[in-house]
Amino acid sequence: MIDKLNLTEEIDWITVGLYLLLVIFGWMNIFASSYNEQFTSIFNIRQNYGDQLLWILVSFIMIILLFAIDYRFYHFFTWVIYGFSILLLIAVLVFGVTVNNSKSWIRILGFNLQPAEFVKIATALAIARYLSGYNIKLWTWKSIAVMAVLIGLPVLLIGLQPDWGTALVFTCFILLMYREGMPGWILAISLFVTILFLMTLLISNISVLLVLVILALAIFGVLNRKVSHVLYAMLIMTAFYFGLRYALPLVGLKFNTYYLLLFALVGSSIVFLIYSLVRKNRIIAFILVLLFGFIGFTYTVNYVFSNVLKPHQQTRVNILLGKETDIRNVGYNLNQSKIAIGSGGFFGKGFLKGTQTKLDFVPEQSTDFIFCTVGEEWGFAGTTIAILLYVGLLIRIIFLAERQRSQFARIYGYGVASVLFFHFAVNIGMTIGIFPVIGIPLPFFSYGGSSMLAFTLLLFVLVRLDSVRKVYIR
Amino acid sequence: MDQYANRRNILVAIFLLTALVLLIRLFYIQVVDSSYKLSAENNSKRTEILYPARGLIYDRNGELLVYNMPAYDLMIAPYELKPFDSAELCEILDITIDRLRAGIARSYNPRYRREPFIKQISPENYAVLQERMYKFPGFYMRTRTLRKYSKEFASHLLGYVGEVDEKMIASNADYLMGDYIGISGLEGYYEKVLRGTKGQEVLLVDVHGRVKGPYQDGRFDEDAIVGKNLVCTIDAKLQQYGETLMKNYRGSIVAIEPATGEILSIISTPTYNPSLLVGRARSMNYSKLQRDSLRKPLFNRALMANYPPGSTFKPIQALIGLQEGVINVNSSFSCNAGFYARGVSVGCHVHSSPLNLLHGIENSCNAYFCNVYKRIIENPKYANAEKAYNAWRDLVLSFGVGDRLNADFTNELKGFIAPSSYYDRYYGSNHWNALTTISLAIGQGEILVTPLQMANWTAAIANRGFYIIPHVVKQIEGIDTLERRFYDKHMINIDTANFGLVIKGMELAVNGGPGRTAGSAQLQNIIVCGKTGTAENPHGKDHSVFIAFAPKDNPKIAISVYVEHGEWGARWAAPIASLMIEKYLTDSISPGRKWVEARILNGNLLDSYDR
Repeated sequence: MIDKLNLTEEIDWITVGLYLLLVIFGWMNIFASSYNEQFTSIFNIRQNYGDQLLWILVSFIMIILLFAIDYRFYHFFTWVIYGFSILLLIAVLVFGVTVNNSKSWIRILGFNLQPAEFVKIATALAIARYLSGYNIKLWTWKSIAVMAVLIGLPVLLIGLQPDWGTALVFTCFILLMYREGMPGWILAISLFVTILFLMTLLISNISVLLVLVILALAIFGVLNRKVSHVLYAMLIMTAFYFGLRYALPLVGLKFNTYYLLLFALVGSSIVFLIYSLVRKNRIIAFILVLLFGFIGFTYTVNYVFSNVLKPHQQTRVNILLGKETDIRNVGYNLNQSKIAIGSGGFFGKGFLKGTQTKLDFVPEQSTDFIFCTVGEEWGFAGTTIAILLYVGLLIRIIFLAERQRSQFARIYGYGVASVLFFHFAVNIGMTIGIFPVIGIPLPFFSYGGSSMLAFTLLLFVLVRLDSVRKVYIR
Repeated sequence: MDQYANRRNILVAIFLLTALVLLIRLFYIQVVDSSYKLSAENNSKRTEILYPARGLIYDRNGELLVYNMPAYDLMIAPYELKPFDSAELCEILDITIDRLRAGIARSYNPRYRREPFIKQISPENYAVLQERMYKFPGFYMRTRTLRKYSKEFASHLLGYVGEVDEKMIASNADYLMGDYIGISGLEGYYEKVLRGTKGQEVLLVDVHGRVKGPYQDGRFDEDAIVGKNLVCTIDAKLQQYGETLMKNYRGSIVAIEPATGEILSIISTPTYNPSLLVGRARSMNYSKLQRDSLRKPLFNRALMANYPPGSTFKPIQALIGLQEGVINVNSSFSCNAGFYARGVSVGCHVHSSPLNLLHGIENSCNAYFCNVYKRIIENPKYANAEKAYNAWRDLVLSFGVGDRLNADFTNELKGFIAPSSYYDRYYGSNHWNALTTISLAIGQGEILVTPLQMANWTAAIANRGFYIIPHVVKQIEGIDTLERRFYDKHMINIDTANFGLVIKGMELAVNGGPGRTAGSAQLQNIIVCGKTGTAENPHGKDHSVFIAFAPKDNPKIAISVYVEHGEWGARWAAPIASLMIEKYLTDSISPGRKWVEARILNGNLLDSYDR
């Protein structure tokens, strides 16, 4: 037992430094996005930046408190913390304040808090606590069931608010689970399906089909190790395509390019299948099954979208994806967001010189779309620095996680990395139009007391655990 | 170290790959693709709200009463301001530099990105400013419309338009800061019809604030939809004539077409010029009018004054007596200059005695109706006075008094017909009877009505037993039918034959022998049926009241006239009513009756109100 710690030595100052850089850079952007010549004092808490400054100070105090609390607290009280946060989520559904059609806020001690932000910490702790238990193997039916409940419960409760954007964050724990022994193919398929899903909804059918075909050919080439076979396959497909293209009109049938491509693919696949059966080449059959499986998946997505969803739901999904362009909704915001970021150029317009993010912009310009201010005022240089800071922090977290003696601390560390990564990738992705617009904040950047405090706690619980990394927490 | 430790590398790779994708995308939109920069330059987008013109208001004959004139607001967009020649702007607008500075400072409100700087600038200033607008980036014009009146009359009826207040903005998403809303009268009641639908225009504005054209080819633009026009039931000529007749008197005239319930004119004096409540001067003028506590020009007497009806209530009394079977056409009562019974006395004027029903109405004999009322309340059919009173009251209420008629006005008042509980509280249960409430016999006491209600029951008598809720809307553009309630007949549970008798009495009151009380309302070729009233007024001279309808058969107009301090019914109210009827039915005043018109126009009671 080491109770007397030399904290200055044991604290990972690199993490703290990265955190401070992100917080400072973030606050400068909030200041810029809501800067108003009338209110020049940065301590004016009626302005976003003054308010945020207050929350940053509160976060710093919380960090000190975290270090004052015994490190065993988090392990010992995990289930209490988890249970309390679940209760808080239920309380929100009952006593919550409705903002933007979802009941996500609750008034506590005169502050509006968003419990969902804090539940992420509790869930990460709970997962770490459970998986670090004696003789627990992740990939057994029992532990899968327990994990499903641990993650599913907050997802369900947050979904009921309804705030599906925040609920979606909890899928990030798949990264943690992969590290702790989930089979790799599940991660691979999940990532691929996610990408495919995004492509299906965001880009045209033809492009998705072509990407899938090229991918199949690539895998075929890698596994088969014969470039000539790939070329043959391409030739056969091309022949089918042009054959159909000129033959079908002769019998009075007309199809657009997409269907011609699809028919050509089906036709040539039959040839390949026969070849694989004759030559007993399992690779081809395997690739064909995967290929048509994924094509089927994109069809299902499209089918569900256009036939199962009602028009107003379609609109909602479209808005989520930023496809619908209407002056007052998200699609319009997304366009504006891209314009703001794009107009920054390489070096940006300079601090406080942004015009897009100040005037006719979305109400979320200092919350979910804060990255626009970074892009506009600091340019590509600024966005690169921000992204490098995040990646640096993420990699540092993984480094910290791996050097833990106790499994609990390591798994929690991966939880922190997973949550931060999801927020970072999705938030920035949505501002530049490569991810659907789901309203989740950018850690340490976005305006909002709950998210500032929650992300700080999330990170510094790890820093606290790391400060006693040589102790085996059990 | 465990068996999966190497997986950290895969995760780090995922992080790096994601970051790479984000960076490539950012590099593309920030550095490679210059279209975003161009968009940004063009992107000083300006959404302008297009305000629809309010619907026009016509009278029943298609005469235009209310229309619109353009007005120009000078708007300020503080974030688009560039240095400009402030002295020049001050000179054009005729304001001080301090006011300009204060206005600019005030406009820095993050909640409103564009504010009116000066509302409704004069057309002259507009003309000058419009030419030099390019010198003042950050300022621009907004066109609004204001109400304009072809005739300055019927103010209470037409109502006025003002800016919405905070409460309305908070409770109704249709309204934004600075929007106009109809507040009273037709403008208020038919706000939804008249206001139209706002549109918007999204414009591209360059760095200098110059409009470059529609944003994205105008795909976000929406046209404003002009408000629907309204045809009201008012006869403009009659309305104006009535206002002229009443200009030296305080009171009200309401005229209704009995068969339809359409209000032909509705007048309340003193009135005000409707143009006073338009535009920038509105709030100042409004408070001025409101402060005029002596004349109360904003007070709409036709709907809101609670007057005692006096003897004009006697036809209803007679109808109830006949219906209850306590009198018949031959019932006679003697009158010895009044009604006297057990310590109760109601005076009457001198006339022959005894009188039967028709002459009782003709002579407006108080004693006669006291006897009728006494018989109604003491009717052995009912167990006690309270039950008889309630039966009486129910019939009275069925004439549309004692409650709002539910006409298309925003500010109608109920009047008052005392419920029996009122007397119970006052005298104690079973401690009151016909004699304690005898004033009701002659339309005094615990009975208050509005001029609209009086005109309405006159219409009910003219219709021989029903009324249609009076209303001022005749037609709404694009809508085939009015609200259902303006077609429904409200039946009165009294036999048509009884109406015939009372109408005969009312005919005699105007056209009868020497004892008639309303000879001053007689017309040459038209049979006017009417009833005078002299309502006691504790605050001064009695009020002059008259109700009438004409012609006797197939009536075209039913009217109530109330002249405060007019001393007795036949003195002012009856001749005014007769002039209104003649004007409406024959379109002019016959030469033989020009003197009546002159007498009314030359008369003046205004001094009597100030005392």
